[in-house]
Amino acid sequence: MSDAQSTIKETVTNNDVVLFMKGTKEMPQCGFSSRVAGVLNYMAVDFSDVNVLSDETLRQGIKDYSDWPTVPQLYVKGEFVGGCDIITEMTLSGELDTLFSENGVSFDKDAADKIREANG
Amino acid sequence: MPMQAHEIEDLLRASFPDATITVEGNDGVHMAAMVVDESFRGKNRVQQQRAVYAALKGKMDGSNGELHALALTTKVPD
Repeated sequence: MSDAQSTIKETVTNNDVVLFMKGTKEMPQCGFSSRVAGVLNYMAVDFSDVNVLSDETLRQGIKDYSDWPTVPQLYVKGEFVGGCDIITEMTLSGELDTLFSENGVSFDKDAADKIREANG
Repeated sequence: MPMQAHEIEDLLRASFPDATITVEGNDGVHMAAMVVDESFRGKNRVQQQRAVYAALKGKMDGSNGELHALALTTKVPD
């Protein structure tokens, strides 16, 4: 396993919720990354952000790791959950709430409901 | 080289001959596609979208990719 692959594995294993994104959660640098980080922030999820733009080996490495061609990528308890479109759909359908609940990840249920009300 | 909507549709059509395919956007960089196909039945969203990405044969790959962003929706027919 290459250095990048070991680093990624360690990161997703040691953090309950990790978002690989372009930019940071405070300052996203791509609309898709911004959308997912925004949802997690709004739902008050405690997550680690990894800026793939800061490291070219990581930028390619995360795509190889998940066999998924785009960033952002969300991981919960070491499992790849999906990219921007999947997270958006799961937020609106309530599946993301279920996933967090099942994995013991705390989040603001009222905020999640507000997102659904605003986009229902 | 940006991709036109019909080129994306052709690529998808080759892998999903019986699917309902809608491609929107024409700036060639930020596009949206919806694929509704029976082959998605029983697969989760990650598996469904992986199949679509595979059909695009590397067009999404990193800085050399022709498509920066493809908003993707995959569904099983009703």
